Amino acid sequence: MKRFGLIILGLGALALVAGWALTRPATIPADEVAAITPDLARGELVFHAAGCASCHAAPDAEDKTILAGGYRLDTPAGVFVAPNISQDPEYGIGNWTRAEVVTAIIKGTSPDGRHYYPAFPYPAYNKAELSDIVSLAAYLETLPADPTPSQPHELGFPYSIRVGIGLWKLVGVTDGYAIDLPDDPQLARGQYLSEALAHCGECHTPRNMQQALDTTRWFAGAPNPSGRGTIPNITPAKLDWSLDDIAAYLETGFTPDFDVAGGTMAAVVQGLGNLPKEDLEAIAAYVKAVPAAE
Amino acid sequence: MSKFPKILIAATLAAAVSAPAFAESHSADLPPAVKARQAHMQLYAHNIGILAGMARGTAEYNAEAASAAASNIAALSSLNQSTYWAPGTDSDAVEGSRALPALWENIPDAIAKGEALTTAAAALAGTAGDGLEAVQAGLGPVGRACGACHEDYQLSDE
Ligand code: HEC
Ligand code: HEC
Ligand code: HEC
Repeated sequence: MKRFGLIILGLGALALVAGWALTRPATIPADEVAAITPDLARGELVFHAAGCASCHAAPDAEDKTILAGGYRLDTPAGVFVAPNISQDPEYGIGNWTRAEVVTAIIKGTSPDGRHYYPAFPYPAYNKAELSDIVSLAAYLETLPADPTPSQPHELGFPYSIRVGIGLWKLVGVTDGYAIDLPDDPQLARGQYLSEALAHCGECHTPRNMQQALDTTRWFAGAPNPSGRGTIPNITPAKLDWSLDDIAAYLETGFTPDFDVAGGTMAAVVQGLGNLPKEDLEAIAAYVKAVPAAE
Repeated sequence: MSKFPKILIAATLAAAVSAPAFAESHSADLPPAVKARQAHMQLYAHNIGILAGMARGTAEYNAEAASAAASNIAALSSLNQSTYWAPGTDSDAVEGSRALPALWENIPDAIAKGEALTTAAAALAGTAGDGLEAVQAGLGPVGRACGACHEDYQLSDE
């Protein structure tokens, strides 16, 4: 990981040289957002599929709609602490405009124009339909406020420098999908849910030297960012479960042997368990269509 | 938990030990404590399998079998397991164990998660005889109780 640090540092320096323009934090215009009538039911589905609660719900809280933050993501760069994104006007995002929330989710840009760390999985959410994210933002507005202050991240130098993220975004954020698939409505739905919303690749895909997802080894498994164990390979090279097995696992957490999803997958399942059966089957069909990779 | 007949525990133990998955995935030279707790977990899995088969419609609903499976999980989770979780047998120390060291740093929480499982399973045991819908409704909370402990204390690995 030392190498990653040096790269970020180098990129950071380059960002200064290359000029601000190349890496200026991008935004979504307010009038584009205002033109969309949100659909709250759709927003709730997006919330569950995208796993917002898996990071932003207070750890160990029964009610996963209280987005008080506090969950700690252990990574080789240090610990990211998910912030409060509840409707509290002071400690949460209660006084943000809808366009600011949408911009954060799709562009990874804060209301005051800073880059967010990609621990917030906007490199996936940028592939979502604008209307889905506007509906999500409107749905968030219906959730409770909580006055817990956000905690600072615990990052060492040079990760603590946000400027480098701007250049990282040039390699780490892409517009297109990771893999090509045959034209099929179920696969298309599965790809949208998996790549744009549920961000399976953020955990299951290994990273290259630039710390971008290695799309040539999509879903081939990766070291566990917590430092212990691995995130499993779920390509057909390793995972031989049937479509129904995968869909049932995503819904309930039960494997075909009735072990139960643990680690960071447990919270993913808690979100996905709220999706309709067709959507879970679409994700399962997509997983089975991913190219085998050892 | 004397109200759960020991014979059920014995019967499911036999069933789990004879299940092929068990034989395949376990090396013979694990410390006895690790073997014991993995066997305990396999008993959970066996009983979950009975319930999930009915819930998914791959097995026919049977009131008696459903109640028994849920009672077994409640009974198992209320056994005193202190000797299974022997110090020095975590996943860092023993290859073949997936019990994270964090479990030993948070024993009261791990016990609370076991109790949450007892509560969810006992609730299901109380309703499982009422029909398939009751099994479908009650299995979710039981699975989430298993998952809550695996989230914090079971190592993710290939
Ligand atoms: C994998 C964990 C993770 C997931 C999943 C996640 N976030 Fe975040 N989120 C973070 C982290 C970490 C930050 C802080 C980033 C930073 O400080 O640069 C963050 C920041 C934010 C912010 C900015 C808050 C602020 O105070 O500036 C918003 C808004 C937000 N997330 C909304 C969402 C929504 C909505 C979803 C679901 C679509 C979501 N997040 C999913 C981890 C996550
Ligand atoms: C109190 C915490 C806790 C609860 C509750 C719990 N588990 Fe586990 N489970 C573990 C740990 C820790 C391991 C890893 C044990 C080891 O390998 O040393 C494990 C391992 C397993 C395994 C793999 C066993 C093997 O043979 O290696 C299965 C299957 C399993 N659990 C199923 C379940 C099911 C089903 C439930 C709910 C009915 C459940 N568990 C509830 C902590 C728990
Ligand atoms: C936050 C990280 C994360 C995300 C996001 C994630 N997973 Fe996982 N996944 C894991 C971990 C960790 C495991 C191992 C679970 C365990 O230890 O029980 C896992 C396990 C699995 C397994 C079981 C593999 C096996 O061999 O047991 C499947 C299937 C799976 N994930 C599919 C998916 C799909 C599909 C998505 C997206 C819809 C997804 N995951 C999103 C972390 C993640």
